[in-house]
Amino acid sequence: MLDTMWNWLHKLASPPMFYRFAGPAANGFGWLSLALLLPGIFLSLAGSPPDYQQGESVRIMYVHVPAAWLSMFVYMSMAGAAVVGLVWRIKVSHAFVRASAPIGAAFTFLALVTGSLWGKPMWGTWWIWDARLTSELILLFLYLGFVALQSAIEDRDTADRAGAILVLVGVVNIPIIHYSVEWWNTLHQGATVTKFDKPSIDWRMLLPLLLMAMSFTFYYASAALRRTRCEILERERNSEWVRELTGGIDAVQ
Amino acid sequence: MHPATATRAMSGVSLSGALWSILKRDLLVAYRHRSQLANPLLFFTMVVTLFPLGLSPDPQLLSTIAPGIVWVAALLAAMLSLEGMFRSDFEDGTLEQMLLSPHPLSLLVLTKITAHWLISGVPLLLMAPLLGGLLNIRPESIGILLATLALGTPLLSLIGAIAVALTVGLRRGGVLLSLLVLPLYIPVLIFGAGAVSNAAAGMDVTGQLAVLGALLAFAFGTAPFAAAAALRISLN
Repeated sequence: MLDTMWNWLHKLASPPMFYRFAGPAANGFGWLSLALLLPGIFLSLAGSPPDYQQGESVRIMYVHVPAAWLSMFVYMSMAGAAVVGLVWRIKVSHAFVRASAPIGAAFTFLALVTGSLWGKPMWGTWWIWDARLTSELILLFLYLGFVALQSAIEDRDTADRAGAILVLVGVVNIPIIHYSVEWWNTLHQGATVTKFDKPSIDWRMLLPLLLMAMSFTFYYASAALRRTRCEILERERNSEWVRELTGGIDAVQ
Repeated sequence: MHPATATRAMSGVSLSGALWSILKRDLLVAYRHRSQLANPLLFFTMVVTLFPLGLSPDPQLLSTIAPGIVWVAALLAAMLSLEGMFRSDFEDGTLEQMLLSPHPLSLLVLTKITAHWLISGVPLLLMAPLLGGLLNIRPESIGILLATLALGTPLLSLIGAIAVALTVGLRRGGVLLSLLVLPLYIPVLIFGAGAVSNAAAGMDVTGQLAVLGALLAFAFGTAPFAAAAALRISLN
């Protein structure tokens, strides 16, 4: 059992195999994301009660919180893939890291924008130098730094490995940055979902929140796989299997 | 030193001999380029001068924001001097010789970081009391300012080394370097400036100093490895 799984993973590390696998997988994840998104949106906009303090504006939460989760989740998956790429020298996982970065940056940006929109009615200001907002902003800088480094290095192989080191340095620093900023200033409400013993959130709000979070996660999986496919095609443009795929047309450099 | 001489010097010598010769060489090179040594320091002083001009000369206000100003200026000055850490060694091939040497690269890198700190960090430390005085920091807090800088500036050199190592092969690495390194400097800024502000308000500062010390110990143990790995990648 373990052997077959290992073999399968091993095969997946080869670009043409991954390319073939990622297409249908991306489609599957995409449909799954949509299937969760529709009830999620319906419940969060219409099917859930307004908050007793925050009123209707609490509905921003159903986008804001999943986006903030994803902003961190994407960075963590990038770090995981970076380790795999560095240790086993698997090109596909480097392609995945590179493909993930703009998506992660987009989620971070979305979390910041929705947070700002939510902050105006709640705290009376668009922006405040609160701990979580600030560390989210710094996370955005980390993403953009990664993208900048990748685009500055011309040699793809060097760019991959340098980027992987940067992601790992970033991942070590994220908790340090987070806690230092937390000590520095805190206004943001504490975590409400992860308190498992007695969640301080109503289940009618929790359900759409979880639906949206899962939908966002599957969207990420789908988009990242799709982008990885493009990345692989570009990297392997001079290889035999890509030529076959494109019907023998020579790739333009 | 000519690259070939550097190799010959390194292949036959013990580890401590190699480290010592790197340290001596870096300090000597810095001493021979004294004007370059002075530039970040001048920059540090000028940035600090700009704040009273841009905000207000009110001593009360200045003493409130002084810790932040001094620390931000120190951060920027350290960042400016970072590029020089590996640049000339990269251009004349010394860095490649270091990669080929039988001694662990992380230790060689750590020595270069130490040299960089002695060249760029220590002058900042010597300059800080004067600037603190200009910004109306009370004499009691100046000791704390020095303590945070003493713990913080080596940390800046250690973290910076990773980013420099990643960008050393690039033709225009300067702006990119600042994009990579500034987010990583934020914790140092928070605890450094926070401790001085606390001291000015008469509060306890052991927490911040302890965190800075812990960060320094952590970076001391890990950053040379990351920088060495990054150098290997950059030089391919």
